[in-house]
Amino acid sequence: MDWLYLYMPIAGVDIFWPGLVLIGLSVGIIGGFFGMGGAWMVTPGLNILGFPMAFAIGTDMAHIAGKSIVSTMRHSKFGNVDYKLGLIMVLGTLAGIECGARLVMHLEKIGHIESVVRWVYVVILCLIAFMVFYDYYKVTRKKQPGTSDANHTPEGITWYKTLHKFKLPPVVHFKAAGFTCSVWLPIGISFLTGVLAGFLGIGGGLFRMPALVYLMGCPTHIAVGTDLFEVMISGLYGAFTYSLKGRVELVAVFVMLTGAAMGAQIGTIATKYAKGYGIRLAFGLCVVACIISIILKQFKFTMPSAICILSTISLMAIYITVVMVKGAAQELRVKKEHAHVAG
Amino acid sequence: MSRYRLKFLMCLMFVFLAVPSFVLAGGAGATNLVVVADTRRVSGAFRFIANLYNTDPLMFAVCVTVLTALWGGLLGLTMDKLIGLSGLNLKSRKLVEH
Repeated sequence: MDWLYLYMPIAGVDIFWPGLVLIGLSVGIIGGFFGMGGAWMVTPGLNILGFPMAFAIGTDMAHIAGKSIVSTMRHSKFGNVDYKLGLIMVLGTLAGIECGARLVMHLEKIGHIESVVRWVYVVILCLIAFMVFYDYYKVTRKKQPGTSDANHTPEGITWYKTLHKFKLPPVVHFKAAGFTCSVWLPIGISFLTGVLAGFLGIGGGLFRMPALVYLMGCPTHIAVGTDLFEVMISGLYGAFTYSLKGRVELVAVFVMLTGAAMGAQIGTIATKYAKGYGIRLAFGLCVVACIISIILKQFKFTMPSAICILSTISLMAIYITVVMVKGAAQELRVKKEHAHVAG
Repeated sequence: MSRYRLKFLMCLMFVFLAVPSFVLAGGAGATNLVVVADTRRVSGAFRFIANLYNTDPLMFAVCVTVLTALWGGLLGLTMDKLIGLSGLNLKSRKLVEH
């Protein structure tokens, strides 16, 4: 069975390469569907396969960059990427990540930084989960017969409406996202999510996607595509900086990307057949799994924490693939029927 | 001089002579850990990358970034073509929130 193991010359370990393809495939599916890099999912997987932690993080970052290129290309063809919004947000994100990283360096001098970071992470994820499920609950209640005007689409959380009233010039119209607001709003929000990402040492897609939906008023599909565009830029920067530090295993990146390219297509095409609120709800469940795994890790249950993350990835990847296959089969059936009627 | 005292003095002398020689033999103080890629078990392109990692970190970083972007782009285009063969409409979608 030697052929199932590939030697990684930089990390100096033999790795079970089908495992790399599977991780790439699953995270590609999930990332393409939710619009995030998924570093929090890949790193424990790579670590279990045998990569030292430093290589797991660097290799993951480079793989995310490549995978996001594939997903952004596909989302762009669907019209899901608002490039103007993405580019403006990159400014805030980069400045925020730098501030967050400096904050960590400062806190490191005081000590107990790891524990503080984990609990901040848990609190913020709890807030996101609350936001997602509360929004879903509000919409479901409004949709019940007799509680809503039939001519209007019910809306859940509408904090973005208050934020859009803030009209400090320059005011910009975002065509794909379909709203007009002060340019300082996306810069400010991306700065805050960037600070969190830099502070917690993650890409930030986990925060940016809900921020785009609930604080900026982006339709879910546009939030997913635009966030992936940002992940692509920050991922390429991450790939460069980590490889400069010598912590990227290029062979593993290429193997993972092969699986991720297929996964990214499945995840992205699945968004075509999924409703916005379906994506939000599945995202909320992923956030809950993330919270459980961090709490387990905090109490030194490292293996159960990794198992929690990896089983969530598998289940979510299967669910998204089913959505894509069902939707595609339905579309092809309708197409065939139309052709039959026309013929 | 008792036998035990002689043994103790000999041990003391050994420590005084041996410790400085161990320190000198150890060389300069340790610096950060440097990872060196093992090029003995790889060949072809893998060997080239591993050599680059050992000799030129900046060029290695540029290579990783460019090759990752190119490989991602190439795979994206290939998968696009393959999925396009299925007959699905991959150019438009309806925005449905509910």
